[in-house]
Amino acid sequence: MMFRVRHLTTYSYVEPVLMAHHQAHLAPRSFDGQICHRTALRVTPIPAALDDDGLDYFGNHVAFFTLQDPHRTLTVEAVSKVEVIPRSLPAPGETPPWESVAEMLRRLAGPVVLEASEFTFDSPFIPCGDPAVIAYARASFPPDQPILAGLLDLTHRIYDDFTYDPAATNLATPLSRVLAERRGVCQDFAHLAIACLRSLGLAARYVSGYLLTKPPPGKKKLKGSDASHAWLSAWVPGFGWIDIDPTNSCIPGGEHVTTAWGRDYGDVSPLRGVVLGGGDHTLKVAVDVEPLT
Amino acid sequence: MEQVAEQGALPGAFRLGYPLLRGRWDEMVATDGTLRPHWESFIESLSALPSHEMERRWEGSQRLIRENGVTYNVYGDPRGLDRPWQLDPVPLVLSAVEWRAIETALIQRASLLDKILADLYGPQDLLAEGLIPPALAFAHPAYLRPLRHVTPPGGVHLHLYAVDIARDAEGKWWVMADRCEAPSGAGYALENRVIVARTLSDMMRTHPVEPLTPFFQKLRDTLMTLSPRNREAPRTVLLTPGPYNETYFEHAYLARHLGYTLVESEDLTVRDGRVFLKTLDGLQPVDVILRRTDGSFCDPVELRGDSALGIAGLVQAVRAGSVVVANALGSGVVEGGGLAPFLPRLCRRLLGEELTMQSVRTWWCGGDKERDYVIANLDKLVIKPALPGNGRMTPQFGDRLSTAKRAELTDHLRRRPSDFLAQERPKLSSAPVWEKGMLDPRPMMLRVFLTAHDGGYAVMPGGLTRMAAERSGAMVSMQQGGGSKDTWVLAEKHDRPITTAKSFIPPVKLVRGSLDLPSRVADNLFWFGRYVERTEDVTRLLRTALSRAGNAAGLGAAEELPLALELLRRVFRPPQAQSSEVAAIARMAFDPAHTIGLHATVERVSRMASLVRDRLSADTWRAVSRLVQAVGGVSGGDKRPTIEDKLAALNDVVLAGEALSGLAMENMTRGLSWRFVDIGRRLERALHVVDMLSGALAHEDGINGPELDVLLEISDSTITFRSRYLSAPQFAPVLDLLLADESNPRSLAFQIAALGGHMDHLAATRRTVFYGPEQRLTIWLTGALRTADIMTLCRPDEDGDHRNLEGFLEVLRSKLWELSETVTREYFTHAVSRSSAPTSLRDAREQLP
Repeated sequence: MMFRVRHLTTYSYVEPVLMAHHQAHLAPRSFDGQICHRTALRVTPIPAALDDDGLDYFGNHVAFFTLQDPHRTLTVEAVSKVEVIPRSLPAPGETPPWESVAEMLRRLAGPVVLEASEFTFDSPFIPCGDPAVIAYARASFPPDQPILAGLLDLTHRIYDDFTYDPAATNLATPLSRVLAERRGVCQDFAHLAIACLRSLGLAARYVSGYLLTKPPPGKKKLKGSDASHAWLSAWVPGFGWIDIDPTNSCIPGGEHVTTAWGRDYGDVSPLRGVVLGGGDHTLKVAVDVEPLT
Repeated sequence: MEQVAEQGALPGAFRLGYPLLRGRWDEMVATDGTLRPHWESFIESLSALPSHEMERRWEGSQRLIRENGVTYNVYGDPRGLDRPWQLDPVPLVLSAVEWRAIETALIQRASLLDKILADLYGPQDLLAEGLIPPALAFAHPAYLRPLRHVTPPGGVHLHLYAVDIARDAEGKWWVMADRCEAPSGAGYALENRVIVARTLSDMMRTHPVEPLTPFFQKLRDTLMTLSPRNREAPRTVLLTPGPYNETYFEHAYLARHLGYTLVESEDLTVRDGRVFLKTLDGLQPVDVILRRTDGSFCDPVELRGDSALGIAGLVQAVRAGSVVVANALGSGVVEGGGLAPFLPRLCRRLLGEELTMQSVRTWWCGGDKERDYVIANLDKLVIKPALPGNGRMTPQFGDRLSTAKRAELTDHLRRRPSDFLAQERPKLSSAPVWEKGMLDPRPMMLRVFLTAHDGGYAVMPGGLTRMAAERSGAMVSMQQGGGSKDTWVLAEKHDRPITTAKSFIPPVKLVRGSLDLPSRVADNLFWFGRYVERTEDVTRLLRTALSRAGNAAGLGAAEELPLALELLRRVFRPPQAQSSEVAAIARMAFDPAHTIGLHATVERVSRMASLVRDRLSADTWRAVSRLVQAVGGVSGGDKRPTIEDKLAALNDVVLAGEALSGLAMENMTRGLSWRFVDIGRRLERALHVVDMLSGALAHEDGINGPELDVLLEISDSTITFRSRYLSAPQFAPVLDLLLADESNPRSLAFQIAALGGHMDHLAATRRTVFYGPEQRLTIWLTGALRTADIMTLCRPDEDGDHRNLEGFLEVLRSKLWELSETVTREYFTHAVSRSSAPTSLRDAREQLP
């Protein structure tokens, strides 16, 4: 299925920004589940320097730009044409028991496992080892549970147990609080699921991207009403990485557009920067995901 | 407790003094009690010194350390900032033969670690082959992923490497720790040598010791060859996290010794993919950054977003090759000890050699066997975090744990084994320290420094020896109160010319005056000048008041006291109740806790001086120390000081302050540094003159003979007045002398003339034909003073007030403040505008489903 994705970010500053360095993870990557046919980044005002053909450590597209003249607004618009290729999944019962996967990651053989093993460790936003997280994870992974069955169970449980509440958390909210209060947004749910899996010695990575949303029946879809989205991907030997979306209790299959993946949000935040001056600012984001037929 | 085994048979005065510690190798004395041969000549010379000579010399050196301000900051201790450096006068002596072996082993280790870095930031073969457990790289906070595939010039990541080595009971050396991030200590080693060489100069003459300075020359050479352009005169800066860092003294010391500009992150900016230094003359490109900031803090855009010590865009500039950072960003990943068990195999794989010097036996608990061994043998081991910054656990000695702590640790080890490593604890060798006129053994460890050089590594012949505080000490750490030593490697050939420590001359083109002054530094110099002047002004005022109060029959007349008190009140603003009592005001002035008291002002002088110490001469620094001591003397001591004591102390403060001003005036080259100090002093003095005159006008008793005497005294103008007028003071001539007389160095007009000169000079760098706002202000002030009609201003109104004069002084004061603000805006704003927190963390964040 083919999509056109437009991601428009507008920063308005109270005082002029004298100097700004930004890093953007806005161009969707291509891999065996997706082809990015075209992508373009437009920054206003025109940056003094723009480097948009780099790849980061995880193979994501990354762009850097610098603004050296005073400005009060900054808009960054990324427009991409992406084809999502649905993949068939193995039957959950046929996947290996989760303990054997953890053991394989620990014993480590060959570059493929090495690549996966990188996603078994703590990362800045996802410290592991919290007993409460381990206990939560264990409930979905009893002994000999096939890994995919465990993943699906964990996904459903997070969906059932947690309330979607954008007011409950922000970037600085620790996972322990998300777990204690059972509220958060997609990012928190993805981080939590990742923490659960890593606590068991499994490999899980954070995926940032977009989700096609449908307007309420009988209504027209509003412009800019979509949003960026986050889910996770877990490593299953013999198959590779399997995406799961705890926010929607599903396995992404055709309507999730992947932008980038990393250890956690910090590795792939869509736009991150440091500005000199500026004072307070407001941020507006508008996303459109349009199916192309 | 350590057991004292037997006494060594030492010659001369030390025959009976030196005990051997059971179970330890002693550096100086062999187990049979004989002196080791390479110590003979040193001990001979020491024994030949007359009794108390060593003691006397050492006291001199201690003073040198204090006055040179050699400090080491101890975290978490409010009084720990700027703790004097602990140095023992007895060096550690090592023979040339032994040193050659150490040198070879450590060069091998440096090359090995550098190759490991090249792999971790390149192909990662060592991980794929299972030679390094992935956890030790992937979970290491110093593994900086954005730097992967960024190859530094010549492929070298590790430019400056330090390694702690220790000797066990059998005399074998072991590596205790590798320092690869931004190693500290090389500067302290050099400073130790400078001080010990001065104390024991005669001994160093007779027994040649390898000099340390060639090492620093090699470091300089290496950094110069790294420069991406401008190979003749690259601009190299030393990046420090700032004055609160534990080794800030060393950063300033090294910057001065190497001839680099000492910068903090806010002095640098990245534009057009290049790093620039913000100077008074605009942006100057930087070629090489020698960093003392941890890599992960160096760029808030791509590395730790919460870092306030970083330079936004630095990683991009490094990637573009426009600047070189040493050590390469990310070099800290091979630090921490976890790699130790894997180094022998890595050495065979990467260098095709056996590892020459072993690491102290280490178990990384990420392996099952290792974890079980550690749990079973906790008593013999010390447990540490495997990765730095993980939970900030301090090293735990297994045999000292309570049962509960032990169970807790064991539980941690089972749940998160890969977070921990365990090390054996060799019995450290002992070396003699000077203690109450005797030699006494202390456990010790040696930090050795290496620099990349000429395709390989060069070793500093010597290093930083550190001792435990007690005979039985198990920890050797400056943070824990241990001391340090100079380290002497005996030169091989005795006929070689002896080089004592001296700075080399950097190979640069001749330059007169330099604009390479970071705006932040100019700001600090300006305030340094202001506080020095304020100290002097306040002290004079106090002295005048106290001398009137103490003894009416003595110095000054009692009728002069009221004005002196009035002026003091203007400075110290005491609560109304005590305002009339001179002792109360004096107590406030001397109260160390009072925010505008003498102590606080001098504290600011010393703080500003420490911020710019790389710009101050050693003599200036000593003068600052003297001033601090003199002020300490004012309130020091147990008994309550009499007014006479206080007056004597104030005299000392005035003298110390004048020494400092004199040095700043005479010994600072007339460059920008001097100029900003002087601008600060002139502005402060100008404001002081205006304040004192306003104060006198507000005085209820009017301005008559006694009041004029006070004004002349606090302005240090009594003699000038007498020589000029040969009569008792009258208002108009006094006012003229203090306000408008450009030949009186204490007058307002004199300060304005000097300020005018400075402003013209600074503005000249702006290359514009128009007068700048700060110039317009000094021109206005000059004109106002030159055209002022003093006789008219002096004439009282009908009701006896001086409204004209009051108004005039008020205008002058507001113009002076405007001048201060203008200078700040025009020259220091680089320093105050500070980048805000990274947007990604400051944001509420995007709306996410």
